[in-house]
Amino acid sequence: MAEKIATRQAYGEALVELGNKYDNLVVMDADLSGSTKTAGFSKAYPDRFFNMGIAEQNMYGAAAGLALSGKVVCASTFAMFAAGRAFEIIRNSIGYTGANVKICASHAGITVGEDGASHQTFEDIALMRTVPGMTVVNPGDAVATKKLLEQIIELDGPCYFRIGRAAVPVFYKESDEIVLGKGNTVREGEDATVIATGIMVNEAFEAAKILEAEGIDVRVIDIHTIKPIDEEIIIKAAEETGAIVTAEEHGVIGGLGEAVAQVIVKNHPCKMAMVGQKDTFGESGKPAELLKKYEMTAEDIAKAVRGLL
Amino acid sequence: MDIKKLEQTATEVRVGIIKALNCAGSGHPGGSLSAADFTTALYFDEMNVDPANPEMKGRDKCIFSKGHAGPAQLSAMAVKGYFTMEEFMTLRKIGSKFQGHPNIKIPGVEMSTGSLGQGISAAVGMALANKMDNDPGRIYTVLGDGELQEGLVWEAFMSASHYKLDNMVAIIDNNGLQIDGRNDDVMTVTPIAEKLEAFGWNAIEIDGHNMEEIVNAFAKARKCKGRPTGIVAHTIKGKGVSFMEDQAGWHGKAPDDEQTEQAIKELRGEM
Repeated sequence: MAEKIATRQAYGEALVELGNKYDNLVVMDADLSGSTKTAGFSKAYPDRFFNMGIAEQNMYGAAAGLALSGKVVCASTFAMFAAGRAFEIIRNSIGYTGANVKICASHAGITVGEDGASHQTFEDIALMRTVPGMTVVNPGDAVATKKLLEQIIELDGPCYFRIGRAAVPVFYKESDEIVLGKGNTVREGEDATVIATGIMVNEAFEAAKILEAEGIDVRVIDIHTIKPIDEEIIIKAAEETGAIVTAEEHGVIGGLGEAVAQVIVKNHPCKMAMVGQKDTFGESGKPAELLKKYEMTAEDIAKAVRGLL
Repeated sequence: MDIKKLEQTATEVRVGIIKALNCAGSGHPGGSLSAADFTTALYFDEMNVDPANPEMKGRDKCIFSKGHAGPAQLSAMAVKGYFTMEEFMTLRKIGSKFQGHPNIKIPGVEMSTGSLGQGISAAVGMALANKMDNDPGRIYTVLGDGELQEGLVWEAFMSASHYKLDNMVAIIDNNGLQIDGRNDDVMTVTPIAEKLEAFGWNAIEIDGHNMEEIVNAFAKARKCKGRPTGIVAHTIKGKGVSFMEDQAGWHGKAPDDEQTEQAIKELRGEM
């Protein structure tokens, strides 16, 4: 069994390392530094950390001001209050100005668990994709989180970086190449492709194992960068396997599934299905229970693949 | 400084506003004219800026959080020499860098604004950055009184006093009117100075059309340490043009050619 680490944990550790390398890195939080894991940075670099209180809109507005003054800013809160509550500030003050702000949003998706529907965001990827010039990244494990965080800090411009609460298996090795904007084929296969993002990459692995036992050979692609999306790897999968299932811990409206569908429809139409939160709110429960109830498990992915073949 | 000269400059800034809005055929004269005097004082007396070097290190910055009054800022910048008045006359036209609301593509404009409340929030970030960098530059933000109805403004005020940002000044253009009518009828924002004080700010109330009071208020703000200063400038919407003064209807309507001619004559005292 692989080691389990929450992507927010990896984010917090990476920030402390990167703070040493990047003098102009500033971190902000909105009274959730213990949960988003920015607390480590705040202790290591108190002069470069600003707690903005429970005021997410102002945090992102002020982040724009800091960035336009030459800082690179990682501003964290829960995904619901970043992409949701502060959307229009992000759109106008960060997106429209091209400010170098990284919106590092944790506790995304249904695996927030017990806090319930008010905190479970399935809209954030959709919202952030609509902002012109916004890079949207959703790493699947601790290794990808660390590697991609440094790359988005190097990137000059706005970025939405989505991380999760729950501990998830580490499937990448330190030596693996993970490049912003490029999908990773994490499992070869010829009968169908599962294109997954975030914690669903792991579910896709498990689905591939289930299907392997049934004689179905499934390719698994990690799309950690949802925008700009790696069209090439998607078109190739459509051409070579002819069936694509997307898997995301996000609504099927406006997320990875639709982003992949846009590529497929334009370039190489093929059979396709989407696994994700349907057009409904979540509820309180344990992450595993919720993934099961709302049909975002390995078994649901396997079922979707069988449906296409 | 020469108060008389500043007043004359303010007249030219007002003329520029009227001409640009006439050329554009749309825009916001009322709130631009009410902001013209303190904006002139900022660019021609208070702020350390260089139009030949808009990115100058250590410069002061002006953000029009009430972005719809951007023509006041742009007209002052044109008179100052950031660009020509002729260029400014492309305001709101397709392909122009002079958008309907301020944007950072214009050299010297520090923040893209237009959606109310966001300029003051960005100003907080800029003031924080200057504190971190020991940059002497001061951040001046112009807000509307109606804009104070945005909750984000109060989040920004709260954070500015929490972080003791005495390098920032907010000027509230208190002309008492907003699109739908009087502030007091739409949504009461008074008492403004008391609210600022309660949020930890140093509040100063002035006649926003008295150049001497304006200049003195900026000087007082410079001397205030440990907290930001808010200047409540009591103004008249449409100030300087008789038929626009104190009329909510002139919030977002451009003058036609005849009105423009009359307005310029009035402003230059040729009536």
